Amino acid sequence: MKKVRVGIIGTGNIGTDLLFKIQRSEILECGIFTGRRLDSQGIKKAELMGVKTSCESINAILNNSNLCEIVFDATSATVHQKNAPILKRLNKFAIDLTPSRIGKMCVPAVNIRECLEGDNVNLITCGGQAAIPIINAIMKVHPETEYVELVASIASKSAGPGTRVNIDEFTQATRDAIEKLTGVRKAKAIIILNPAEPPVLMHNTIYAKIQKPDLNRLKKEVNLMEKLIQEYVPGYKITLGPVFENGRVTTMIEVIGKGDYLPKYSGNLDIITCAAINVAEEYVKHKLTLKAGK
Amino acid sequence: MSEILFFDSTLRDGSHAVDHQLSVANIKEYCSHIDDVGLYVVIVGHGNGLGASSLQVGLSAISDKEMLQIARKELKKTKLGVFLIPGFGTINDDLLPAIDIGVDLFCVAAHCTEADVTGQHIEYLCKRHKEAYGVLMMYHMASKEKIAEEVLKMQSYGAKGVILMDSAGASTPNMVSETISHLVKDVRVKIGFHAHNNMGLAISNSLIAIQNGALIIDGTSRGFGAGAGNCQLEVLVGLLSKMGISTDLDLYKMMDVSEGIVSKIMKKPQEISSISLISGISGIFSGFANHVKKAAERFNVDPRDIFVELGKRKMVAGQEDFIVDVAMYLANKKTSEKESYDIESLL
Repeated sequence: MKKVRVGIIGTGNIGTDLLFKIQRSEILECGIFTGRRLDSQGIKKAELMGVKTSCESINAILNNSNLCEIVFDATSATVHQKNAPILKRLNKFAIDLTPSRIGKMCVPAVNIRECLEGDNVNLITCGGQAAIPIINAIMKVHPETEYVELVASIASKSAGPGTRVNIDEFTQATRDAIEKLTGVRKAKAIIILNPAEPPVLMHNTIYAKIQKPDLNRLKKEVNLMEKLIQEYVPGYKITLGPVFENGRVTTMIEVIGKGDYLPKYSGNLDIITCAAINVAEEYVKHKLTLKAGK
Repeated sequence: MSEILFFDSTLRDGSHAVDHQLSVANIKEYCSHIDDVGLYVVIVGHGNGLGASSLQVGLSAISDKEMLQIARKELKKTKLGVFLIPGFGTINDDLLPAIDIGVDLFCVAAHCTEADVTGQHIEYLCKRHKEAYGVLMMYHMASKEKIAEEVLKMQSYGAKGVILMDSAGASTPNMVSETISHLVKDVRVKIGFHAHNNMGLAISNSLIAIQNGALIIDGTSRGFGAGAGNCQLEVLVGLLSKMGISTDLDLYKMMDVSEGIVSKIMKKPQEISSISLISGISGIFSGFANHVKKAAERFNVDPRDIFVELGKRKMVAGQEDFIVDVAMYLANKKTSEKESYDIESLL
């Protein structure tokens, strides 16, 4: 099968990790790796791989739209606001890894099907990717759950300047996505940066306020969901629970990164790049099925 | 030395000691009586600040908004202050409503190495012409050089001062004098100190901070606060007066508020329990104490072992979720290995 070409805008940590993951894909290949600085580490890596690079950011795709069919945007929310209408005009499927909130919010394990018809998909936040599927599993057993809370702890080294400057956007976007994609009445998201050395793994705790929890059913559903997520995020693991303590149902998740370009403790970045690759691959399969149907 | 600003965190840090159950009556009575004392600011709200009422840290009995509205009515001479940790609270959800209620002073806090997460908030407050201070929590976890870098960041965002929090009560007297004297050389803004009493040093460390150039002291009436409590303000003021350092504070009134009002809000007198002592030695936030006690009972392990293990894992303020993780880990370990677990493993 001929591989489908994708473009990556943004040659920082996230963009470069995507590039590494695409090298392994049986469906995708990188047609253009484009940013603003020709001397960036990412560009150097791409050149070594023989991937076409550019320092003209989205203009590289604007000038030659045959370079790719799908575009990953790993820039920033403000830049994606400018990029989104251009990509739409060029008829590219956009997978947005910034917190711009423009496209349809997508968590592959939860709503991938309904995201493939549109032209722009937003991957929310790492906390959202980690927690929303599990909260869905909890809501399936206990739809009456009145409140859930997510505490995401991330190694300081793994939180880049973007996350730090936009820490409010992170908590708000995560909370809004939980409420929207799980149907729980009220949610809260908390983020903690921990500077310990060696760096801590990405850790998420989900608390759910449930009067009479059915722990056996909860365990079953949560474990099923864990397996589903592991299909595209291999380092995803439930480390505790669901357990009932202190009047709340507590579940803990750890995400160990694949260690492609980013270190293993950067599970927070790995989960979002894994999700992005999954969306792209599913998009390609979906389009092929449609074609075959015609 | 009357230029020292006294920040009163009784109704903020004290919230930890009563599982965040401060009532409307508590806030009203305290604020109406403390207003005359001459303090610079009274800080009100959940123990971890605005937006921190949560299953993670504890749910407040009443909302942030209600607490601030009550305090606003009672405080006429003293500024009303709030505390906010980015990651818990946000500008939209928490700072905007607080500004609308008429809060005068804002403390924006981060772990001692993460000052850059406060930039967005401090800059926003300055743009709105509000008085903003930076707070560096768990200051014992970083070198004085690193702390100086972080203070300079907060200064560049527009903070009028930066308060170091000895959140675990883990400071020795030397750490206080070395850090504060190092900072006052390098920075333009006022440096403050917020002591915890886990090792019986809250008043002494606050005094040492002043002697080394700190111009803000953050403490509480009767020492009311998380774990072993804070610097008991009326005692420090008495000590300063004996040493000939004037403060413009009304000591008798402070004593009356402590004796007549705060003693009734407290569930028990502030003491250094063995749990608080271990928390100080392990360098873990004092506010974890009640959560650790609950988890120790639930999973039948020694609460001191939980603190020691949390210390080994270098947990920071806000990471209460790891208490359950550690308690379950210790419970499993106990059944599988029967290994003794004592303080030596930390040293």
